[in-house]
Amino acid sequence: MNRVEREAAVRRLLEQTPPQVPAELYADVVRRGGRMLRRRTLARRAMWLLLFAAVVAFTVWALTVRPWVEPPSQTTPPVSDW
Amino acid sequence: MQERQASQGVRRAREFEAFVAGAAGRLLHAATLLTAEAPDDNPRACRLLTLSLAHTYACWDRLGGEDPYACARQHMAARFAREAWHQHGLGRGRPTPPGTLAALTPQERLVLVLRLYEGVAEEQAAALLGLPPERVRVICDRAITLLTHPPARPAPAVRGPEVARS
Repeated sequence: MNRVEREAAVRRLLEQTPPQVPAELYADVVRRGGRMLRRRTLARRAMWLLLFAAVVAFTVWALTVRPWVEPPSQTTPPVSDW
Repeated sequence: MQERQASQGVRRAREFEAFVAGAAGRLLHAATLLTAEAPDDNPRACRLLTLSLAHTYACWDRLGGEDPYACARQHMAARFAREAWHQHGLGRGRPTPPGTLAALTPQERLVLVLRLYEGVAEEQAAALLGLPPERVRVICDRAITLLTHPPARPAPAVRGPEVARS
């Protein structure tokens, strides 16, 4: 037997006795798939919420602390020309 | 707005139901060949198919122009490969499964089903499994040889325990 014939023989072997699809499969698929979708939506919402909270927290911190303003000098400059 | 969403949901459910009605039989046959179970007693294949179809359902809106059948098949192959990897060596005491491809290892079954039953091109199958195309060809040839000339070779004696394990 050459390659093509052997492949055809194996194909025939694979095609025999197809199994019956169980009736409850579709309902099960939709239930699981729906749950997966809901979970993804929830996770996405939680992520956006977290991002929003982080932005708000950073803005409030930046406005109260003002890290870009030079801190007032701690030492007095030497007095000359008295 | 809500009404539109509801009608979209109904349309989507109808489309998905039509897809499942058309594709489930063939996919279940492929899954049963993968798990090497008997056609009338295939809980593992049913589970594999349910999970892949559920994944396709969850991705349905994001598929765009992509073929949902290819998506389900790809997910099924990936999941089966992962499970086979995790269960490698676990089923030592398990009796040999009764399916057509019981004599092959899980990887040989996967390659054979993708190449010959599903007719996936060699390069695509290789990309799907993360193997070089030459390796896919070698595995496929070995599987075909094992199926067409079953025993009476020195090789099966060496492969004996491995065959029983799968």
